[in-house]
Amino acid sequence: MSWGALLLLAAGAFAFKAAGIFGVGRVAESPAVIGLGRLLPPALLAALIIDGTFNSNGALVVDARAGGVIVGGIAAFLRAPFWLVVIVAATTTAGLRQL
Amino acid sequence: MPIQPHRRDALVLGIAVGVFGIAFGVLATTSGLSVAQAVAMSVLVFTGASQFAAASVIGAGGSPATALASALLLSARNGFYGIGVAKLIPPGTPWWKRLVTAQLTIDESTALGLAQADPAQRYDAFLAGGLSVFVFWNLGTLFGALGGDAIGDPAALGLDAAFPAGFIALMMPALRHRSGLLAAVAGAGIAVALIPFTRPGIPVLASAIGAVIAFVALGPLPEPAGETA
Repeated sequence: MSWGALLLLAAGAFAFKAAGIFGVGRVAESPAVIGLGRLLPPALLAALIIDGTFNSNGALVVDARAGGVIVGGIAAFLRAPFWLVVIVAATTTAGLRQL
Repeated sequence: MPIQPHRRDALVLGIAVGVFGIAFGVLATTSGLSVAQAVAMSVLVFTGASQFAAASVIGAGGSPATALASALLLSARNGFYGIGVAKLIPPGTPWWKRLVTAQLTIDESTALGLAQADPAQRYDAFLAGGLSVFVFWNLGTLFGALGGDAIGDPAALGLDAAFPAGFIALMMPALRHRSGLLAAVAGAGIAVALIPFTRPGIPVLASAIGAVIAFVALGPLPEPAGETA
């Protein structure tokens, strides 16, 4: 990734944060924009989870990652703290690779 | 002076996110970013999910434009958090402190600030959470980026499973409502359908359509979800 792209990302990410804090663009407070905006994270995060768990160079595969992510997901569902979810997922996947 | 409970929670939160930061540092350097770039991203971009999205698209061979678009779409939510956080800032707060507040406006700090029962403690909890996450996220990134080689194969430690699992924890509050659940299921379905056929990064970008589907079919998330998680 080039430094230019990285700085562009930094500027864009900060612009979103600052727009909310400084109240730039009252249109952003319309219920439709806010409602849609709050549904973006679950949709995009779900795709990132699928990509990070099953994507292997463009093919969908089930490997040791899936075991860890499933165990981590169960921990998250049971309201385990964030650090515990991350650690049980990594440990499970590491353990499966040792088999 | 005893440590106030919300500041202790902020510290614990920071340490937890620091572990996630290590996973990001390792992913960033194995995706081809330099150590300096990994650290610069954590300091300047400072919003975890976007950073993971950018690094994983680049690592998979996607174009910088796709990486940038996915990362920016994910970072848009901080603007919505900002609308809530702005209401916590006491009148007369200097502009530089407002700029710091903007940079610290992310999932974790917003959640910690808005979760305080006492309104007088909300801004302090937000700042404590944001600063704590900032320090540990960056330390974790540096450690993971430098240690990439020393740690050995990140796969042997299961670090590649750590970040999808962390995202499940982040989106769990939204999943407890049907429109959030539909957005996630639709986003996941779009990703499964597109991964074998499109360039890296496109599936994550296209999954935004899942949010539109959920909004049209079931309407918005109820107010507290994702904000007091």
